[in-house]
Amino acid sequence: MARRDAVDKQTIQKIEKLAESVLRSVKGGGNPFVEIPVRSLANVEFNTRKRLIELKDQKQKRYFFNVGMAKKFMQTFLVSDACRELIESKKTTSIRDLYYMTKHTLGETKQNTFEEQEESDPIIEDLEVAIDSLREELHLFATGRGSLVGPMTIRDSGDTIDLRRMGSGGWSVPSIVEEHVIEIKKHEAKYVLLLEKDAVWKRFNEDKFWQREKCIIVTGQGQPPRGVRRLVQRLHSELGLPVYVLVDNDPWGFYIYSVLKQGSINLAYESMRMAVPKARFIGLSSFDKAKFKLPSNVAIKMNEQDTSRARQMLAYPWFKDARWQREIEEMVRSGEKYELEALSRRGISFITEEYLPRKLKERDWLE
Amino acid sequence: MLSRYTQAAVLKAKLVISLEERGMAAKAKKAKGDSSPKGKKSVVSAQLELAPQGAPSKEGGSAAWMGLVPAGQSGVNTTRPRRAASMVAVAAETVAREDPVAVPVPELTPPGPAAKAPKRRATAEQMAQKQREISISEFFTKNRHLLGFDNPSKALLTTIKEAVDNSLDACEEAGILPEIAVEVRDLAWEASRDGDLTKGEGRFVVMVEDNGPGIVKAQVPKIFGKLLYGSKFHRLKQSRGQQGIGISAAAMYGQLTTGSPIRVTSRTGKSKPAHSFDIQIDTRKNNPVVTRDDELAEWHQEHGTRVELEIVASWQQGQRFVNRYVEHTALANPHTTLHYRRPRQEVLTFPRATVELPKEALEIKPHPHGVELGALMLMARESKSHDVKGFLRSAFSRVSPAVADEILAKAALKGRVRPRGLGEDRGLAEKLHKAIGETRIMAPPTNCLSPIGDELMKRGLISFLNVIETEGPEEEAQLDLDHAGKKKATKKEKQARAEAPAVPDAPPEEGVEKIKGHNYFIATVTRPPKVYRGNPFQVEVGLAYGGSWPADKPIELFRFANRVPLLFQRSACGVTEAIVKTDWRNYLLSQPKGSLPVGPMALLVHIASVWVPFTSESKEAVAHYPEIIREIQLAAQECGRRLASHIRKRQHAEYQEQRRGIFELYIEEVAQAIGKITGKSPLPIKREFLRVAEKVTEADLEEQDKKLEEASDKLTQRPRRSEEEAE
Repeated sequence: MARRDAVDKQTIQKIEKLAESVLRSVKGGGNPFVEIPVRSLANVEFNTRKRLIELKDQKQKRYFFNVGMAKKFMQTFLVSDACRELIESKKTTSIRDLYYMTKHTLGETKQNTFEEQEESDPIIEDLEVAIDSLREELHLFATGRGSLVGPMTIRDSGDTIDLRRMGSGGWSVPSIVEEHVIEIKKHEAKYVLLLEKDAVWKRFNEDKFWQREKCIIVTGQGQPPRGVRRLVQRLHSELGLPVYVLVDNDPWGFYIYSVLKQGSINLAYESMRMAVPKARFIGLSSFDKAKFKLPSNVAIKMNEQDTSRARQMLAYPWFKDARWQREIEEMVRSGEKYELEALSRRGISFITEEYLPRKLKERDWLE
Repeated sequence: MLSRYTQAAVLKAKLVISLEERGMAAKAKKAKGDSSPKGKKSVVSAQLELAPQGAPSKEGGSAAWMGLVPAGQSGVNTTRPRRAASMVAVAAETVAREDPVAVPVPELTPPGPAAKAPKRRATAEQMAQKQREISISEFFTKNRHLLGFDNPSKALLTTIKEAVDNSLDACEEAGILPEIAVEVRDLAWEASRDGDLTKGEGRFVVMVEDNGPGIVKAQVPKIFGKLLYGSKFHRLKQSRGQQGIGISAAAMYGQLTTGSPIRVTSRTGKSKPAHSFDIQIDTRKNNPVVTRDDELAEWHQEHGTRVELEIVASWQQGQRFVNRYVEHTALANPHTTLHYRRPRQEVLTFPRATVELPKEALEIKPHPHGVELGALMLMARESKSHDVKGFLRSAFSRVSPAVADEILAKAALKGRVRPRGLGEDRGLAEKLHKAIGETRIMAPPTNCLSPIGDELMKRGLISFLNVIETEGPEEEAQLDLDHAGKKKATKKEKQARAEAPAVPDAPPEEGVEKIKGHNYFIATVTRPPKVYRGNPFQVEVGLAYGGSWPADKPIELFRFANRVPLLFQRSACGVTEAIVKTDWRNYLLSQPKGSLPVGPMALLVHIASVWVPFTSESKEAVAHYPEIIREIQLAAQECGRRLASHIRKRQHAEYQEQRRGIFELYIEEVAQAIGKITGKSPLPIKREFLRVAEKVTEADLEEQDKKLEEASDKLTQRPRRSEEEAE
């Protein structure tokens, strides 16, 4: 709680500071502005040392006395004030709620502060980067998604939860998993296994893989949401647990892995706290089909979009490694992609009983 | 009043005849094999005899001439004999160019190789027997289109135009402020008094009455019953009359189509009685026939003329033309009050915008540089001077003794050449003509011109706009009558026009007039007089912008020559070309390539000249003389510049307002939010913001303005974009 309070206080202070600087400008007769780091491809780079995608230094000044920017400036402060209110009342809300909170008509006109949520979401992001606060620290949550089980006990908003006893559904990962919300109490896990698909996760849960292997299994149900990624990053950095990622053998799966690994352009400002550069890609590899004798009839032909995306990936700096190049080139060459479920061809629990254990034992992964 | 063109043609014909009489008679006789005077006449009549209407004259002409060509001559044109024939050929060429259905080239005695001739159908004698003299009236009977009576719609317009032009000219000459009433009556509808007006052709009565000086009793029959009477041909003076054949043609048309005579009532003064005549035309002899002659005991005017005639016309099709004509005329003659009564409608009155008469246009003598060889010879023949020097000085303007001497020296005419001699000897005349061309002579005087003038044009525009705002123009923007597509304003457009934002109480700025609740920007420019081909002319342009006109239609273009509206052949007119050639994008209007600009604007272009050059006999479009076009462009550009400055000011003001509006709104919000965040009161915060707002907006606006200027500069430097891009 104290931790939470401290973070809250800090966030409010940041907001106040922003407002004060504007006031100072105005008193001095100047055109007040908010400085926002530019979040476009041009201002993003891959930090090879840290192996993270990061924002560079470009910042944009959003002035008030500028016909093109005035509205956004105003919106920025409306959002700031609303967040401050949230934090002070110790409540959280969704970004859609925030949109409704801040929407009202301007004076006597027919114009509104925000016309649609698409207007308000980017402003929230702007605020995040401008004051360097996570959305969660602003008490805004996104939709929670993802399931997790494993040999671990946590305290979630004051409730103690034993993640060994989550039944068939698993614990639903909330969107805010910050330290002041989720406290990790005790655990016996040896690693974290992130699965792309919920169906595969269910397989692993049903087969009690996590119990046998003593690991935490988590899924983001596709591209993992912020909560899942943040939690995985916390488990990795706070508990020192290695992270293995199991995705389909297709460009999309690789992308999911890469976002977890070094962050995304959109959330480049978050990379420090969301990315796990050392995450290990454990499957499904393009060479697995030979190794595990998957017949070609369980393969899916790649379409043009797939092929072009695969080719694009060859150019990514984080895939420059020779082994990665081999991996991706193999996919391109064969023109085929495989879903994890294809392993069921060899047996329902082939994936949990033979495939993954063997891969782990043989240390057959990519980093 | 006969146009100069046709008069010139007639003149040239006369010329040829005289030459015939002199030198060529012998040859002609040989060709015709007939030495009787009839032969001469046959030349004349053959010259005047036209091909059947509609057929190109050339073939008809040569067919007619077969008879005069000696045996063995094939139908193909051979080299013409030098002297008279070539001269006539020149004359004919000029005539043919200006007048499509003109006098055909008379082929006199072409020598040359005789090809194998086809079988003769008739001898010259046989054909000569069929030829007879044709009177002018008969000539025009068959060529109504030359005079503007092509079809019933146009006939209506021409009739009214002739009468009104006469009235205006007469009033101005007499120094009376014109008050003219124009009335059109639908006889069939009046008879039945039910339902709708006549659709299509019908019998109409046209009545035009003025408060002019009146016409002397003795002259009335001739003016209305004789073609080519009262010609102003020899007078080089700006007048409307140049542009019509005369009211007598209308009388003849009425007589032809309805059998009714023209009715004229006139009174020359308070002490004199009014006379009323019914006049018909003997077309054979071109003479008036007075069928009724009454003296009226009482008449409602002290002086003036009233003309009434019944014609076959079409009000349904023709009313647009007449409406346009009346509107235009009111526009270009701000000193006139016009009353306009139409079938089944209230009287529409265009009140005069000024009590000043236009400056009187003085008559001038022709300028030596503007005179062609044939005309020079004719003038020489008719001169009463004893010697050439005297002739030059008396017949022309700007010829001082020194100038005359210079000309004579250059011409190197031997001995005592008499003017009459010049008139007969083409070689001498040519020498003199050449010498004139080589001599520097001062530009012609321009006191023969009477432009409308800046101030009056403006007042005229305002007054005009007042009337059409009330009336609501019936026709949509451009009335291209040649295409005669009836573009009636759709209901939607009318509604849009009605809803067009009426500017509230913002005080109109310089150049802006508030008319009927709408703001119009008006600019007028009168250029200094210039000369083309020895003829003085002056261009004026008036521009009205804004109001309730739609911003996405091409502009309205009112064309005038000597204060007479040009209603037809817009696309063929030099005036249109000049406006199209002007780059209106410099003045913040959009303009598709090769077209009129688009915008809520009307342009008035007036050319005043002693002789306005037209493209054709119908006098509906101005010829494309570069000097004239350039002047129009210059005037238009001047107006355009003023318009651009006005538009920019307006944009600036709008922009400023808009910005202020935005900032005030947002400041409120921001002040509240910041107040809550910082825990301070929002009001002082708001005040601070407002303070900065004032300051910052100004500086910013200057920057924005600069950007606007740069942008429009870029526009002008860029080469003509494609139409697509311009859209």
